[in-house]
Amino acid sequence: MGRKVAVVGTGQTYHRSHRPDVTSREMIREAVTSALADADLKIKDIDAVVIGNMDHFESINYVDTYSIEGSGAFMKPIMKVSTGGTTGATVAIAAYYHVASGLFDRVLAVGFEKNSESDTTGAIITCSDPIWDRFSYSGAIPSLATEATAYMEQYGATQEDAALVGERDRNHALNNPYAHLQRPLTVKDIMASPMLAYPIKLGDICPRSDGACAMILAADGIAQKTASRPAWFKAVSVRHTYTWFGDSTDYNKGLVSMQQASQEAYARAGIRSPVDELDVAELYLPYTWAGLKWIEDLGLCGRGEAARFVGDKNTHMGGKLPINPSGGVISTNCIGATAMLRVAEAAIQVMGKGGKRQVPEVKNALATGFGGCFWTDVVILSSERP
Amino acid sequence: MDKAAIVGVAQTRYERRKKDQIFADMVFDVTRAALDDAGLTINDIDSVVTCSNDFYDGRTISGMAVGDAAGGMDKNISTVSGDGTFGAFYGLMRVLSGYKATIVVAHYKGSEGDVKITTNGMFDPIFHRFLGIEAISAAALQANAYMNLYGLTEEQFAEVSVKNHGNALNNPYAQLAMKITVADVMNSKKIADPLKLFDCCPISDGAAAIIIADEEIAARSKKKPVWIKGVAHCCESYLLGDRDLAKPVALSEAARKAYAMAGIKNPLREIDVAEILEAFSYMEPLWLEGLGFCKPGEGATLIGKGVTGMGGKLPVNPSGGALSANPILVAGLARLIEATLQVRGEAGARQVDKVNTALAQGFNGPCGQSHCVWIIGGKK
Amino acid sequence: MSDWLKDVEPLTLKGQIAIPYTWHAGDVGSRFLTALRDEKKILGSKCPECGKVFVPARKNCGACFVDISEWVELKPEGVIEAYTIVHYSHPIQPVKPPFAYALIKLDGADVGFLHLIKKDLDKLKNGLRVKAEFSGERTGKILDIDSFELV
Repeated sequence: MGRKVAVVGTGQTYHRSHRPDVTSREMIREAVTSALADADLKIKDIDAVVIGNMDHFESINYVDTYSIEGSGAFMKPIMKVSTGGTTGATVAIAAYYHVASGLFDRVLAVGFEKNSESDTTGAIITCSDPIWDRFSYSGAIPSLATEATAYMEQYGATQEDAALVGERDRNHALNNPYAHLQRPLTVKDIMASPMLAYPIKLGDICPRSDGACAMILAADGIAQKTASRPAWFKAVSVRHTYTWFGDSTDYNKGLVSMQQASQEAYARAGIRSPVDELDVAELYLPYTWAGLKWIEDLGLCGRGEAARFVGDKNTHMGGKLPINPSGGVISTNCIGATAMLRVAEAAIQVMGKGGKRQVPEVKNALATGFGGCFWTDVVILSSERP
Repeated sequence: MDKAAIVGVAQTRYERRKKDQIFADMVFDVTRAALDDAGLTINDIDSVVTCSNDFYDGRTISGMAVGDAAGGMDKNISTVSGDGTFGAFYGLMRVLSGYKATIVVAHYKGSEGDVKITTNGMFDPIFHRFLGIEAISAAALQANAYMNLYGLTEEQFAEVSVKNHGNALNNPYAQLAMKITVADVMNSKKIADPLKLFDCCPISDGAAAIIIADEEIAARSKKKPVWIKGVAHCCESYLLGDRDLAKPVALSEAARKAYAMAGIKNPLREIDVAEILEAFSYMEPLWLEGLGFCKPGEGATLIGKGVTGMGGKLPVNPSGGALSANPILVAGLARLIEATLQVRGEAGARQVDKVNTALAQGFNGPCGQSHCVWIIGGKK
Repeated sequence: MSDWLKDVEPLTLKGQIAIPYTWHAGDVGSRFLTALRDEKKILGSKCPECGKVFVPARKNCGACFVDISEWVELKPEGVIEAYTIVHYSHPIQPVKPPFAYALIKLDGADVGFLHLIKKDLDKLKNGLRVKAEFSGERTGKILDIDSFELV
């Protein structure tokens, strides 16, 4: 089933709301040089590059060809993968297939976004079908708000239950020097923040950031010579199930793409009890309710039990399964990089490079990507070579 | 390489405007047709790669519009934002990584957007965007640089247009099949010197799909499997002034790697037919040089001598090429599909005799900044 | 099954995506543009490894992948490496056709500089020398150079 692949280095920018000091390709270079330094490699050691973002945020067509000076892809193969919010993960996954195929030994994956350069909602709206959906669903928030309302009705979860997810992630971000938002936010702060679309308040939702992330993947045999503790890919799973927002609203089913992708990934990784066998999770949670609802879809706890699971501090640092030691999406959201940051942060945990945000003794790490029409990507990394 | 083969192909007819079909309709048509061609069902497909571009489609997450039409439900589906040759490359890598069969589907509707705005979007926002440059004027600069370096003439480029539009008469999918002369090209409307109307590709709508499978599925496929011998891509500098537009270095490097993988030492002798992406007439001789079919500067001579005509030693673009139909992104995949049909012996009136090894090429970025080269063959 | 398709009148919906953008020029780009605006100077930068002088100025060399910190003032004059006279009109163009785009090798630079030529189109030839004409009103953008003219 293809060659074994591991992450041997990661890099990212210090994410900010605005980065007027750099253009997109200059910003990309910061993450790339950081990843090369982390892996102790030079750009000439890289055999191929995979890059992704969401075009309409910077209005640059063909970012692959645009990026060359910054991505280091001069006279190398480079391709662009773009799948909405899931982009960062699908770029990392595409890089994985580059190496697993046997055609490339060391591949650089780059995700980036300069969200400050455009009107984020204006750009996101164009993901909706122009004939049927574009005039009603305005941007990312409404679809998530309807999901949250349904969940609250089904299981009696409260806004405070969800707010705890935000408080947790924003506290975790204080340990991450790269995170965009570095101020704690309490449940009280979130409850007092302005309502955007019931029940989502400003404190419940992710920011938008300027930032880039880069990862270096290497093949079995080379990975071990490059990193002292490579983060091995144990499973990769993608489910971009829906095309129309209306098709994704059977809330009795839960987030189907997340259920399917995670079940497939667990099976591939030989994980029978995720909450026991996973040591850390970096989840793409664009808003607080996701931190309740979707961990049920991931099988980390039973239906309707997430509020208590999170409330009991199982997912805080020091808990049974820490979630988002990096601060997650609620603390940093440079969209084209965001899903890659989940994979990179999971790799950082496995490689033992997490510094103040390191979870002790990580063997298996879970990373998820989310975006598009309720799509999911799942990656499981491990210190154990598969 | 010989570990993966192309087992199914399909194309829509290419037209100026498919007003009764949305993207998903075109994608569904070619997905079904490619499956039929391969003798497979959607359940045999375990991985999907779509090719689309958010600018061209006027839609962020453009892949979202066609996911279910490409059979992506419950499967690993991703979108390559680039020419179909690159998308097919990702599909190939998935098969080499263990998937059994990947379908790669590309779509584009030139009729639904403004190609000058969308290709102007390729250019650097700070230094070039507001000069108003786009794909055509950039290509004209490349044509000028190329002509100037080797003393080539507009008539020499016109011969490509005559040949390819004429070849298209044999291709039921082509949009602009016409019998024209060099004089017709020379008299056609000036666009951007030295390019005239007939030196330029048309605006097209269309979709295409290809199925790449592992050896096991290839062995039981309905049609003769077409083996993937070598494939590579490469990208050079971005800002136009940083490049020598008359020297396609990225193409040469991609070709070198692809030939090495395929064990080809003398391309002119060992390749039986080539389908290359000549969005503008001058690109055909320029790409022939980059592909090593002749020395630099001699591409036009090769064409002038008839080497690349239907009866020549190396027929180029029997399908009519991109000059006859250029749905961007799809056009590269169409080259690979046409090359596949040639190897299979299914190219009908445009069939070249005794094809065993074929070459296909596509590109991304202004003036062919990034190229992908495929070598395919009938024998393992 | 598809008989009903014959009677369908295909409808279309017209729209335009209008999203405002504010592109950051970055520190290096900003210095290049302010030099155009305030000093009518065209600045390049030189790679410490390969010695290539790039214009517009860059933060790093793409081929060597190293930082660039040496600024070079270039003559606002050079040689036409390639040009094309555009005959079609489109709202994205800064001037009505016919006009020309040209890649100009400025004296002191190792790469071509893309810009416009508006006058003497019938006299244009590869290899001729041209000089930058700056706009009267300059605000820190590429069109602070109005165009290039034959010397």
